[in-house]
Amino acid sequence: MGLLYGLIAVGLALIFGLMDVTNFAHGEFLMIAMYLSFFLFAFFAIDPLLSAPLVAAALFIFGAVIYLLLVRFAMRAKANAGMVQIFTTFGLAIVMRGLAQYFFTPDYRSIPQSWLGGKTISVGGIFLPEPQLVGALVSIAAFAALYFFIHRTDFGRAIEATREDPGAVALVGIDKNRVFAFGWGLGAALVGLAGAIMAVFFYIYPDVGASFALIAYVTVALGGFGSVFGAFAGGIIVGLVEAVTALVLPPSLKSVGIYSVYLLVVFIRPRGLFGSM
Amino acid sequence: MTALLETRGVWQRFGGLVANSDVSISVGRGEIVGLIGPNGAGKSTLFNLIAGVLPPTQGSILFDGEDVTRMPAAVRCQRGIGRTFQVVKSFETMTVIDNVIVGALVRNTVMREARRKAHEVLEFTGLAARADVLASDLVPAEKRRLEVARALATEPKLLLLDEVLTGLTPTEAQTGVALVRKVRDAGITVLMVEHVMEIVMPLVDRAIVLDLGKVLVEGKPTEVVRDPKVIKAYLGDRHAVGA
Amino acid sequence: MDKDFAARRRRDLIIAAALAAIAALTPLFVKDVVVQNIMILTLMYAGLSQSWNILSGYCGQISLGHALYFGLGAYTTELLFTKFGVLPWFGMLAGGVVSALIAMGLGYPFFRLRGHYFVIATIVIAEIGLLLFHNWEWAGAAMGITIPIRGDSWLKFQFLRTKLPYFYFALALCCLAWFVTWWLENSKWGFWWRAVKDNPEAAESLGVDVFNSKMGAAAVSAFLVAVGGSFYAQFVSYIDPESVMGFQFSLLMALPAVLGGIGTLWGPVLGAAILIPLTELTRFKFGGSGRGVDLIVYGTLIVLISLALPRGLLSLFSRPKKTGVAR
Repeated sequence: MGLLYGLIAVGLALIFGLMDVTNFAHGEFLMIAMYLSFFLFAFFAIDPLLSAPLVAAALFIFGAVIYLLLVRFAMRAKANAGMVQIFTTFGLAIVMRGLAQYFFTPDYRSIPQSWLGGKTISVGGIFLPEPQLVGALVSIAAFAALYFFIHRTDFGRAIEATREDPGAVALVGIDKNRVFAFGWGLGAALVGLAGAIMAVFFYIYPDVGASFALIAYVTVALGGFGSVFGAFAGGIIVGLVEAVTALVLPPSLKSVGIYSVYLLVVFIRPRGLFGSM
Repeated sequence: MTALLETRGVWQRFGGLVANSDVSISVGRGEIVGLIGPNGAGKSTLFNLIAGVLPPTQGSILFDGEDVTRMPAAVRCQRGIGRTFQVVKSFETMTVIDNVIVGALVRNTVMREARRKAHEVLEFTGLAARADVLASDLVPAEKRRLEVARALATEPKLLLLDEVLTGLTPTEAQTGVALVRKVRDAGITVLMVEHVMEIVMPLVDRAIVLDLGKVLVEGKPTEVVRDPKVIKAYLGDRHAVGA
Repeated sequence: MDKDFAARRRRDLIIAAALAAIAALTPLFVKDVVVQNIMILTLMYAGLSQSWNILSGYCGQISLGHALYFGLGAYTTELLFTKFGVLPWFGMLAGGVVSALIAMGLGYPFFRLRGHYFVIATIVIAEIGLLLFHNWEWAGAAMGITIPIRGDSWLKFQFLRTKLPYFYFALALCCLAWFVTWWLENSKWGFWWRAVKDNPEAAESLGVDVFNSKMGAAAVSAFLVAVGGSFYAQFVSYIDPESVMGFQFSLLMALPAVLGGIGTLWGPVLGAAILIPLTELTRFKFGGSGRGVDLIVYGTLIVLISLALPRGLLSLFSRPKKTGVAR
């Protein structure tokens, strides 16, 4: 579970941390991904596991378009840039929730009888639920790929450079909008991947994103803004803390553990564990 | 008469880097003292130690007969140390007069008096006409002047100026030099950090040259300029770069 | 110069008094209960947003966790009333004090944080509060507290037959928050806050006690919001954790100020006057379908206003910069 949080969070970390743009609609990106995967299953009988790359691709386009249509302008705000970003993306989140209610109705849906749903696998005598296991494997692969991408390719470095000094990169011929649109696309694609996997074992409804968004934020901040590795580590910590709190506290209090750990970490290290900003 | 400001054997280390080593300087009442030196000589660090941005690793700082070594910046301001910033830090969303009122509130608890004081200072620094303009709308030279005005409004005994003349056009620099003289004539001691010697030398009573974190030479500007050690450390490598 | 300034201050005060007087007379003409309801909520959110604006707008410490203080105000009042029979008026005061103290207690660790880390910490602490109340049996847990009906009474501040007393209280709250802001704006605190927001390091060098400035702003802001929460509890006469401490309240307190003009005297009132009726009307008109049209309309409006007017609606009215402050 922690690894999935990590995957949601790393998508957010890309948008929020690397580009320093607040995205309050991140949870709604997740919601859209889950619905997509649901409908692909319902109408075309494509298993979520197979449709995951499709969903990721669709979300990539969605993220890039949102950037070009909305966020680009929010970032250009002459005053209160932070608040403008918060409320533009928050407004977007409300619209998306409204649209989901309108087109998909507020009903809870789930994907029955997928390849993975409800099955368990025995590893050395311990029974693990298959969807979570596959989720974990996909997450690790995605992290590795992303880490490589950010630190080893020119495009990854371009994202970082663009955040730090958009003027300078313009001089060397990098188009800020192209770089950021790509970054948004990538961030959304990662959430898409997470959404496709989570669609297998979570109910799908218009407000589903909200419950994960805050945890994603906490995960990113815990790891420290500006660090992909931080988001990954944050995801694992959040998953572990959640599992431990579940043992000592009633289920309704499980998030308290995560939140308390966040507060504890930032009081000791005000920039998160691996943060550079 | 004792010195207004005195540093005794001040050291500042950042990890393995020694920014100030065993710096002992003193500034007398009513003086204009120039703190100069090549880039990386430790001027800014010493300046920040005196202003109270951070405490020194070792040594002590005395101001007006009191040990202020561990005093936070805000308290030093109340004691009478005013400062400007090398990179201007105006309150951008506030008007010029409001910027200065913040400074004036240190000694005036009644708003009406703080406001009157602020107007006086603006008059003194030649910014009166710009009182109701937002700080963000000022030109760079005016922003520098606003920094000085804000610090003056705190009614300091010692004014620390961090490269206020650097980067100005010759005319602007002349106005700046005149303002610094006016400040001293009003009875305020001035310690100014400058990188470019030519600007400060005619203005200061005494110059302290820092190099590699240590005091290299101090004395009258005319003597300092001719000192072979200074020429070697400072002008020497500038000439080398220039040529 | 000074005269201009004094005149502007006086003008603000006169306009406010006039608006309050007009508002006070509206119930003579507006008898419709639905409309009265909207007016009460509008006034309440104007007051709340004005209070939020003190910490987040003037002092620049963006809090998205003010629902905590709103909920604490509501819960303190109702717990004292239902468990110990303490009159709501005293409960209101107690709630304010409790919230202010908690805000200051939280300030010690929180005000070291900057930017996103601070904002997330405020959201998280409000969520923790919400979850704790959810699981606190003595305080009604998820079931909440129903305020026992004892008949119309000013003493117990509850009225079934008329909404007018609530209306006048909400108006008073809004006026109080406005007046506190007006008064503090031209005080040492007001100047310190704005200096801290713009540049804490420079503020420090000018003798500003940065940490205590933030503490002061947090305490005033939390106290007023808690009074609002306590009022809301009496008004709706039933509270549960979600309905007084949910994240939506944190946003609804911030939104009017942001849309109207953050860090300004009139922004929150203007923002609330436009936003709250709009929210209620879209909900009234489209909400019944349960199909989210109200959300679509509402969200689109927020996006458009944020993008088109980053300084808030108030910037439409401000005079050119050369002549003075954009207020």
